[in-house]
Amino acid sequence: MISLTSPVRTRAHDWPAGAKLAALCGATLGLFFIENLTAHLVILAGVLALYAAPGRVFLRNGLRQLWMLWPFVLVVALYHLIDGSVGQGAVILLRLVSAVALANLVTMTTRLSDMIAVVHWLCTPLRALGLSTRPLEIAIALVIRMTPVLLTKGRALSDAWRARSPRRANWRIILPFTLLALDDADHISDALRARGGLVSKED
Amino acid sequence: MERNVVMIALFAALIAVLGLIPKIQLGFGVPITAQTLGVMLAGTVLGARRGALSVLLFLLLVAIGLPLLSGGRGGLGVFASPSVGFLIGWPVAAYVTGWIVEHWRGAPLTLVAGVASVIGGIVALYGFGIVGMSIMLEKSLLEATALVTAFIPGDMLKAAIAGMLTAALAKARPASVLSRAV
Repeated sequence: MISLTSPVRTRAHDWPAGAKLAALCGATLGLFFIENLTAHLVILAGVLALYAAPGRVFLRNGLRQLWMLWPFVLVVALYHLIDGSVGQGAVILLRLVSAVALANLVTMTTRLSDMIAVVHWLCTPLRALGLSTRPLEIAIALVIRMTPVLLTKGRALSDAWRARSPRRANWRIILPFTLLALDDADHISDALRARGGLVSKED
Repeated sequence: MERNVVMIALFAALIAVLGLIPKIQLGFGVPITAQTLGVMLAGTVLGARRGALSVLLFLLLVAIGLPLLSGGRGGLGVFASPSVGFLIGWPVAAYVTGWIVEHWRGAPLTLVAGVASVIGGIVALYGFGIVGMSIMLEKSLLEATALVTAFIPGDMLKAAIAGMLTAALAKARPASVLSRAV
């Protein structure tokens, strides 16, 4: 499965993922304490400069991810234009865009495997308590594997429907689709058990 | 153990796949996606605890950078966006929905699962979503509510579908509807 990590390699790809995530938490928290319009303008300009630094492809990918915010920007902008509190609206919107842009930046510069390593590290206290985190790790792998499989099966089902009916399948297809998925789940859990199960006796 | 983990992973994958079904436009131009149908089904089929875990697993994968939310969205940015309240509300919605299906045994499953989906997937979920939006956009709760009411008809439709699907699944694969397993 394709993750949202940018294919354009940047220097930030090599920075430790945990440090990037901690910095993001700090920066996002900081954004909510700043109420000054000029400061927010400078911050957003800085964030955009970070996006532009690795080149045009990276910038375009990043801006495409930000585009999902437009309905909110439109509604809030209209509200504050009508309300007459333009300055306050600008602070809200600048803060919003900067926060989302910074978060996306971390996602774009961190490989999936590095993120999973952070998740593993965050689970250390659980292991110290004697709980096995293996089921969680297997579950992550299973979802990553099963999503494309389910997608293929869903496509095959809707093709079969289309070959027989001039009408669209819509939600009617969800029942047979879910049944297929449930039967798959039974086979997978049998296979896992046959291979010794998720938590071995020695754990 | 193995079966529970696989079912939890399966429903996380199901929520992802339902997000890929093309959006349907309701009469007045509001797009609806099937993704929250997956959240409701996680509750009605898996029950409270497993349903919530399954949604949490899905959100974890979104957070570490997989584009699994409808429209190919994902990554940490969605947790800083105004709709973050809805994402936080998802596991709660699955839990509430599942809890009702587990405990209300007196009526036909179609009705129970449908009503449970309305209470969990709409009432509880919108509670979180509206509070989140009101904080992120610095608007009053009433104004935030006005922003999201357009999506409620679509969710009512999904709750009805979730009710029917759950009953049909219970008939076809009774052992797989864990919320009603003894």
